[in-house]
Amino acid sequence: MSILVDKNTRVVVQGITGKEGSFHATQCKAYGTQVVAGVTPGKAGQEVEGIPVFNTVRDAVKKTDATTSLIFVPPPFAADAILEAIEAGVWLIICISEGIPVNDMVKVKRALSGHATRLIGPNCPGIITADECKIGIMPGFIHKKGKVGVISRSGTLTYEAVNQLTNLGLGETTCVGIGGDPIIGTGYIDLLQMFEEDDETEAVVMIGEIGGDAEDKAAEFIKGNVSKPVVSFIAGITAPPGRRMGHAGAIITGGKGTAAEKMATLEAAGVHVVNNPAEIGNAVKSALGV
Amino acid sequence: MNIHEFQAKQLFAQFGVPVPKGKEVKNARAAEKWVATLDTPVYVVKAQIHAGGRGKAGGVKITKNQDEVPGLVTELIGKTLVTHQTGPSGRKVRRLLVEEGAGIDKELYLSLLVDRDTGCPTFIASTEGGMEIEEVAEKTPEKVLKEAIDPAVGFQAHNGRNLAFGLGLPTLEPAVVKPFFQMLENLYRLFMEKNAALVEINPLVITTDKKLIALDGKVSFDDNALYKHPDILKLRDLHEEEPMEVEAGKHNLNYVKLDGNIGCMVNGAGLAMATMDVIKLAGSEPANFLDVGGGATKETVAAGFRILLKDKKVKGIFVNIFGGIVRCERIANGVIDAAKEVGIKLPVVVRLQGTNAEEGRKLLAESGLKVEVATDLWEAAQKIVALCSKNKKS
Repeated sequence: MSILVDKNTRVVVQGITGKEGSFHATQCKAYGTQVVAGVTPGKAGQEVEGIPVFNTVRDAVKKTDATTSLIFVPPPFAADAILEAIEAGVWLIICISEGIPVNDMVKVKRALSGHATRLIGPNCPGIITADECKIGIMPGFIHKKGKVGVISRSGTLTYEAVNQLTNLGLGETTCVGIGGDPIIGTGYIDLLQMFEEDDETEAVVMIGEIGGDAEDKAAEFIKGNVSKPVVSFIAGITAPPGRRMGHAGAIITGGKGTAAEKMATLEAAGVHVVNNPAEIGNAVKSALGV
Repeated sequence: MNIHEFQAKQLFAQFGVPVPKGKEVKNARAAEKWVATLDTPVYVVKAQIHAGGRGKAGGVKITKNQDEVPGLVTELIGKTLVTHQTGPSGRKVRRLLVEEGAGIDKELYLSLLVDRDTGCPTFIASTEGGMEIEEVAEKTPEKVLKEAIDPAVGFQAHNGRNLAFGLGLPTLEPAVVKPFFQMLENLYRLFMEKNAALVEINPLVITTDKKLIALDGKVSFDDNALYKHPDILKLRDLHEEEPMEVEAGKHNLNYVKLDGNIGCMVNGAGLAMATMDVIKLAGSEPANFLDVGGGATKETVAAGFRILLKDKKVKGIFVNIFGGIVRCERIANGVIDAAKEVGIKLPVVVRLQGTNAEEGRKLLAESGLKVEVATDLWEAAQKIVALCSKNKKS
């Protein structure tokens, strides 16, 4: 088992004829993902590495039964691309695009509340179920099927953690990048619940960063609902307040959302908190007693 | 992006939010001309810098005597203000706002921002105006009201009623209730139309003649939406930004200057923060945050080195790259070219991991450069810290 995506997941790539879209659609396909369709308005009938291109997501879904969308649309048009995917009835949307205006995401978030569709991201590396299905931009080769679920607000820092898990022989079930923006589709809690219910996942790595209080809310949830060991690292202990650290969501405002505060809250909830990101893998190992 | 108070007030006025009559002035003569047109018992001269705490730092002057205004202007302009938000070096005052004072009966607080939890634009209001809202929330959370606006329908009358009754406005001063509703609606319109990230009025004042007026104003904007608003982009004041950060922005690099002495260059914001954290754990302090992004090239790496080297406090450089999309051998070539071009004399540790990492490490090892190559994150952090402390002693 795994969560959200597996070898049967059928993917449509929005923005497939763009530079990033075509590169990553090809990479995902090479990993073994069933990339069944692409969408670029006005380019129906073309193919990208054997993947048929459609004008609209609606057409793509109708013709190929795609259930999941991967979005590489430039930020000014990305919110509309998400809304199009919701309308077309896909049940999972992964939006990689970085730099979508917050007010656009406010509307998207509102639209999502009336639908069963789940959004991952935006501004995230995507989702991968090791050795089965990669829907995103992460380097596939560092992942290996195993027993740890990973949830992260970051990109390359996730690769860092995954690499440690793989090198220690622990491996991963599914890794989800939830995104570095202030408004995201899916947060820690839903994913923690899924990993808790997933038979193959034995432990969860949760990588957070400064800004907001998502980690505090997750800590609260873990206390009452997660029996599996959770290992966490929060980036930004050295970040000064009031300065945005790259991600739009990574900013300490009004003295709230500091790394130290989040680490203390997580620790109090029974989470294994590491203050050295190089120790994430080892902490999982010792939490699992292997 | 932040703007000045006088610019925020101009926007307020444009959207029908009442503000004191005021004008930006740059010298005493302009001030003299401007105050001659005012009819007010009190004049206020306010330093315009992008930092809070100006009043306490002596950046706000009040006088009843019109003739004193030009002197106050001369006193403030060019002065360096040190507040809790400027850092110890302070900020030089280059622009001033001269405006009419108001007779204050009651000070309130009002702001609008997007609540991350609900994903909704949300008004925050309090009867405790003129104080830091964080402090109010800490000490008397019951005095902070929140009202989420459903983005599908926008601001509604009941949102206004919830806030007005919550603040006790009808009891405090019934005459300002209707203007308050109007103000909320206008602020919401400004927020949405201009893609603001924060609109804050502190204090929002009920005057002795029963008017509601924004005595201060702070507006910041969503950087990701600035492409929609050339009018807002014109309000940017580069004097208020760190010159090295402005320079970095030109190369699509995300740089934030800090106080330590180990410069770091990393791909990805999360890993960049984590790298700063391991530098600290290893016993030193990071000089900066620098994310070279997913599309790092030779050119961006070279630009990154130049920016890091401009900071004279930097004693060593730690390059930490986890290759995903970015291929490590390209970064290695970038480091080699940049080192030759820029002429780096400081200790450098390059840690490469991920896509084509081995190839990259080999290139660096064979380059003849005095660059330490590392595989593991913690090992690399310890190496650069050790190299820098050795240099300090010698």
